[in-house]
Amino acid sequence: MLVFLVRRLVGMVLVLIAVSFIVFLIFVIVPGGDPAIRIAGRTANDQNIKNIRHDWGFDRPFYVQYYELMKKAFTNRLFEQTHQGVKVGDQIKQGVPATFSLAIGAATIWLFFSILVGVISAITAGRLSDRLITILALVGISMPVFWLGLLARYFLAEKNTIFPDGEYVPFTQNPAQWFFHLLLPWFVLAVLFIGFYGRVLRGNILDTINEDYVRTARAKGVDPRRVLIKHVLRNSLIPIVTLFGLDFAGVLGGGAILTETVFDLHGVGQYAQQSIRNFDLPPIIGVTLFGAFFIVFFSTVVDFVYAYLDPRIRPT
Amino acid sequence: MAEKLLEVDDLHVHFTTEDGVVRAVDGVSFELERGKVLGIVGESGSGKSVTAMTLLGLTRGVNAKFDGSIEYKGQDLLKLSETELRRFRGNELAMIFQDPMTSLNPVYRVGAQISEAIRTHEDVDKRTARNRAVQLLRQVGIPHPEERVDDFPHQFSGGMRQRAMIAMALANNPDVLIADEPTTALDVTIQAQIIELIGRLKNDFNSSVILITHDLGVVADIADDIAVMYAGRIVEYGAKRQVFYDPQHPYTWGLLGSIPRLDRAKPEKLASIAGAPPSLINLPQGCKFRPRCPHAFSKCTEHPPLQNRVGDSPPHLDRCWLTVEEKRDLRELTIHGEAAA
Repeated sequence: MLVFLVRRLVGMVLVLIAVSFIVFLIFVIVPGGDPAIRIAGRTANDQNIKNIRHDWGFDRPFYVQYYELMKKAFTNRLFEQTHQGVKVGDQIKQGVPATFSLAIGAATIWLFFSILVGVISAITAGRLSDRLITILALVGISMPVFWLGLLARYFLAEKNTIFPDGEYVPFTQNPAQWFFHLLLPWFVLAVLFIGFYGRVLRGNILDTINEDYVRTARAKGVDPRRVLIKHVLRNSLIPIVTLFGLDFAGVLGGGAILTETVFDLHGVGQYAQQSIRNFDLPPIIGVTLFGAFFIVFFSTVVDFVYAYLDPRIRPT
Repeated sequence: MAEKLLEVDDLHVHFTTEDGVVRAVDGVSFELERGKVLGIVGESGSGKSVTAMTLLGLTRGVNAKFDGSIEYKGQDLLKLSETELRRFRGNELAMIFQDPMTSLNPVYRVGAQISEAIRTHEDVDKRTARNRAVQLLRQVGIPHPEERVDDFPHQFSGGMRQRAMIAMALANNPDVLIADEPTTALDVTIQAQIIELIGRLKNDFNSSVILITHDLGVVADIADDIAVMYAGRIVEYGAKRQVFYDPQHPYTWGLLGSIPRLDRAKPEKLASIAGAPPSLINLPQGCKFRPRCPHAFSKCTEHPPLQNRVGDSPPHLDRCWLTVEEKRDLRELTIHGEAAA
């Protein structure tokens, strides 16, 4: 087990290095031309460009450039160009509470409801409730987040002021308002995942229910509810772990750009959106590295959880 | 006379499908006394597995229709509710399945799965159940059961898994053990061990066994009675001695003829029964074996009842219109092929 752990952690570090290098290639090397001009942005003068060229090491070999970029990223010396002197690291840090709150809340909701919906759908397969859920799931999957988010905001927060109209309130400042402000974004973000996971789980359950070991459990006289939970669901949920790990990591890493922007949460995702709009390269690089970290990290976590859930792939 | 444990009378199991009604079991009757082994033999699709699973109520579902009765110690299992039936399942009637590779849940330890069987029917704590699981694993011949009890199924070989399945089935000391092709998925050398084990444990636990197989060779040693099934019906039913040495139905002849024999001249080609079993949706009229039977004649379009045509005691039943004399002449040819002719 220890060997497995160490190997996975070493692997994770290697992947992170590879990812950071790819990010460097994508943003600095591949586009061609002078990266300093791109980084300097639209309103730069010659002196700006010259400074950047020197500062980022663009007049030196590519590995020095990569090293400079990483040094900046890890020592919080990546500066925005649009607002001179604002550190990218600080901006991301500021966005983290909102983004994490959104991610954790939405993930809880979508996991809970997708399991509920998937189980109901599977055990009533072919009947009315299953068909209804199937339709709702497809509707949920098909609705774009920005559209659903804007509709929810318009009807539930502006026309009828049931919910507060966007913005994030820190948990430490007012937990009740924090919860209240996040309720709409949580559900809007969760809808897509509920539909998708619900469908996947339904299929998994229907496959598992026909497994021989489920028949064995029934032949033992085990209570049907226990058969469903301990034998069917326990095995059907294993593939969901992969999906969930990566989707959750994506949202944690600022991937819920649309939800954050629609509800004006000032999270990492919204920061990414603003940087893209301003074509501000340093923050884009920063946010990309930040997001990539979570994806890689949670892939590793998924591996561990998988090994825990499925003894067949557990190292002995 | 020994205690009669199980009496199945005119059991019908029909499934409604999109293609029509599947008559999986169509009027099957048999009985089982304590301590006896009944072998049910037939090829795939003859309804033997459905019969077995129906005894435990495992075929119940919205598409299934049942008729007849399954009397177990005077109680009709077919009439019990699902909840009532669950008290019997795995407790008084237990089942071993065909494929031990997939019949154990891969995510739980073998011991935990045996304990689950115990704790489902008996109010004992985990420690006691676990100790009994170790004991059971020892009885079915798993070496070092104290350690192997904590193994996962994938750490067991196929034969060991089937032993674990047997341990699980015997966990509550059932009166009736139903083994549905318990050796089909195993190596030949392991097959004999498993059959021997079932026979031995049957005596230790004072149970009866219903052994389902497509291989007459498997039941040759262990069975007391044999029922040969074809297309959802029993076509021949009698004591093992009767069925092996005085087989009455051409289908039984075919089955016997397709067993490779070491004690006879080697035939050019191993005999087989031509054709395939009929669709259970569109059964032929009269004798269901007629289209494949080399001895079919005009009367075979009439439905042959299951009767003691030989007049033997205990009753030796068959469903064939041929006279006993005709059968004696014809069957040598079918069973032993040209060599004997």
